[in-house]
Amino acid sequence: MNQLLKQAISTLIRMVLLLVGVSMVTFLLVISSPIDPIDAYVGAESNVSQEQRDNIAEYWGLNNPPVERYFTWLSNLIKGDMGTSISYQKPVTEILGSRFLASLTLMAVAWLLSGIFGFLLGVMSGAMQGSIFDKCVKALCFVLSSTPTFWIGLLFLMLFSVVLGWFPIGLSVPIGKLSSEVTLLERVHHLILPAFTLSITGISGIALHTRQKIIDVLKMDYVLFAKARGESKWTLIRRHGLRNIAIPAITLQFASISELFGGSVLAENVFSYPGLGSAASAAGLKGDVPLLLGIALCSVLFVFAGNLIANLLYGILNPQIREGGKLG
Amino acid sequence: MKNLRMNSKLNRRTKTVVLAGVIILLLVSISIFGIVMSPELYAPDYSAKKMVPSFTHPFGTDYLGRDMFFRSMKGLSTSILIGMLAATVSAFMALALGLLAATAGGWVDKVVSYFVDLFMGVPHMVLLMLISFMLGGGLKGVIIGVAVTHWPNLTRIIRGEVMQVRNAQYVKASRKFGTSKLQVALRHIVPHVLPQFIIGLILLFPHAILHEAGLTFLGFGLPIDAPAIGIILSEALKHIATGMWWLVFFPGVMLVIVVMLFDKLGEQIKLLMDPGSAQE
Amino acid sequence: MSTANILDVRNLSVSFLMYGRGLEQKELNVISDLSVAVKEGEILAVAGSSGSGKSLLANAILGILPSNARVKGEMLYCGKKLDSKQQQRLRGKEIALVPQSVGYLDPLMKVGQQVIGADGCREKQEAVFKKYGLADFVKKLYPFQLSGGMARRVLVSTAVIGDAKLIIADEPTPGLSKEIAQTAMGHFRSLADEGCAVMLITHDLDLALAYADRIAVFYAGTTVEIAAAKDFRAGVDALRHPYTKALWRAMPHNGFQPIEGSQPYAGDLPKGCLFAPRCPQRTEACEEKPSMRPLRGGEVCCSNAT
Repeated sequence: MNQLLKQAISTLIRMVLLLVGVSMVTFLLVISSPIDPIDAYVGAESNVSQEQRDNIAEYWGLNNPPVERYFTWLSNLIKGDMGTSISYQKPVTEILGSRFLASLTLMAVAWLLSGIFGFLLGVMSGAMQGSIFDKCVKALCFVLSSTPTFWIGLLFLMLFSVVLGWFPIGLSVPIGKLSSEVTLLERVHHLILPAFTLSITGISGIALHTRQKIIDVLKMDYVLFAKARGESKWTLIRRHGLRNIAIPAITLQFASISELFGGSVLAENVFSYPGLGSAASAAGLKGDVPLLLGIALCSVLFVFAGNLIANLLYGILNPQIREGGKLG
Repeated sequence: MKNLRMNSKLNRRTKTVVLAGVIILLLVSISIFGIVMSPELYAPDYSAKKMVPSFTHPFGTDYLGRDMFFRSMKGLSTSILIGMLAATVSAFMALALGLLAATAGGWVDKVVSYFVDLFMGVPHMVLLMLISFMLGGGLKGVIIGVAVTHWPNLTRIIRGEVMQVRNAQYVKASRKFGTSKLQVALRHIVPHVLPQFIIGLILLFPHAILHEAGLTFLGFGLPIDAPAIGIILSEALKHIATGMWWLVFFPGVMLVIVVMLFDKLGEQIKLLMDPGSAQE
Repeated sequence: MSTANILDVRNLSVSFLMYGRGLEQKELNVISDLSVAVKEGEILAVAGSSGSGKSLLANAILGILPSNARVKGEMLYCGKKLDSKQQQRLRGKEIALVPQSVGYLDPLMKVGQQVIGADGCREKQEAVFKKYGLADFVKKLYPFQLSGGMARRVLVSTAVIGDAKLIIADEPTPGLSKEIAQTAMGHFRSLADEGCAVMLITHDLDLALAYADRIAVFYAGTTVEIAAAKDFRAGVDALRHPYTKALWRAMPHNGFQPIEGSQPYAGDLPKGCLFAPRCPQRTEACEEKPSMRPLRGGEVCCSNAT
């Protein structure tokens, strides 16, 4: 247990260091953009006087050196102030708060779906290696890994919303309703297509990984021995296969959160789903620096949390790490 | 028996070479076709708006009467070229940093590893948007963005490969016999790293193309009227309610096919260069 | 002989199909025309040098060969035909395998659960552990936490828990210290004394001689001689086959003379007697394939042996 604690602490320290680095890099990238934040704020064709512009620049501290601006931003960040979004005219924290939950739901559903389906497909095709089913799964995964998320979204939107009319075209709640009036059913209705889109792209990675692991496990001596003890193929897979592939599969699934977030930016844009992803691209296009920074940090936290959980789970689930050392 | 095995091995190799050759030919012809094609071919034609696919317009036409087949080809060509350029830049960054980290060791190695972790910690799509934003959009933003997001993985692989060779007994032994650093590099390290580098480079292409398409789809980078696959598809999204399915379907299918071809190509090259890692 | 054969293997051949170019196929004979029988209450050692396909014999008896293997010949279990259906029914219950090492245990499953197996019960496991002097806490350990001696006892437990009548031990003492190896062999001896038939597959002739009742000498995928252990102790003249005699002379305390040549490759076996190319007493008769015949209370597979 002590070892596990040590490992957790060192991982945590490493992650904090990385977070600091990421925040610096992100800040530097964003403030060195040639897009003038004041133009973005006041609008390109407005006739704001030079004096007013100077005032804004002074107020935002645009004339200060980058290092000072970084520390000002950082100290505000620690106090919980992420600035005000230019395009929404609202505090960034408020926007993040409302969109974070929407994105989290979307990603969690997609993550679970892709994890479960990918794992099942992988186990089955690995157990039936060489069969027609296995060949189909392999081909499917190959195609899926080459397919951009947003195109799958477009196909779904075309087929299910436009042609069949089963689902709405865009927005996570019906237009013209206050979000407090929206029923759970309506929310789910708007969530289904983006979630499916996002989960489909995640399936191939986990399925192919699981398939290979099952094939490897079935070649192991301990499986041969279990077979010699009268266990049938599916008993073998249930008793020994799942046990031995679950840890790497779960680790992989947690580590794939980075790709999931990237995919959600695209999926949210296709379905005009009001989460962090669609806000991020809008912020980037409109030059909304505070919001872009906030979302970037948010996404990094997502990824770090995923990696951290993956690392910790690996230690907790694997008895060779958890109970290291021989006793006999 | 021995003879027999040799034959079947040769056979498989020839097949791989032929397949790789065909794929390269296909991809090169799409790219060249896109470059030399006259813009007339996909210019607006108001007499032929919103046409369903037919013999004259195999992929149909859009709301401006632009032929979607030629537009898609042009877009694919653009995507392939941008993707390849970005991936190549990325791969060379990875080669330089990987070699540097492995040979210099010490704090240089730590710094490189730190940056690898750092860049891997930001979702690709977010990093792409940030870099594109920093460069004020445009083609440059797309290329540099894609290049900067893709180096970390390959850097790790190359670093590991060099370290492994350097620490191998036979290399240590040969250093003891007085082989110079340069000779060690030429005789042992380069032959080991080169295949990894080439495989890594080719496997970067499909990723780079997908990310390029995603970024342009979001509206970052290329001007709105540029025929890039991402832009074509984002227009299709804007007009999705009109039910012109061919605007969505064909450009996307072509993109998927191109990415799959690159994937297959990488697989074949891997088979050729690194038969040990290839599974039956 | 009064006691009955538990297992009777007759003319067993195991081959693997290898694909050459196109549709050409090549057959790899790993076991050819092997005949051996194990009786109730005895330890029969199948001894042969490494890489002679001994482990595949165990897999063939249990019916767990890879799917590209082809099996010919006949196997009888308690006088009844042992086909794949019977194998499936009996393995893990009446026929048990004791593997080489803890590498054959699931690394992520607790030992107790593994000894119980897919359809055993806790009480039995506890009883078996007690019998082999394994403390109760051992059941909560993972295989990697076991010491060498514990591991041996756990592996034997997996066989004993199913009340096996036939126990096949595949190289049960590799890399073990002499003491632990002897204790392990002692377990098999007492199992045989309790009425089990034990087939001990090993390359360690010395150890086999110390504990087994009979020795089947294995060469290039077949048995060349079956002799009582006491024949080995009686000296070279009590043995029948030239290979067995050569093995005897190669033993450290009998002169340590190495045998010339090497075993033939399974894809390229000689036509007649498999040992003929290395045999000093080779005659023209050796170009014909010899078959097992009784001789002086044992069995031999040689045309010239007297």
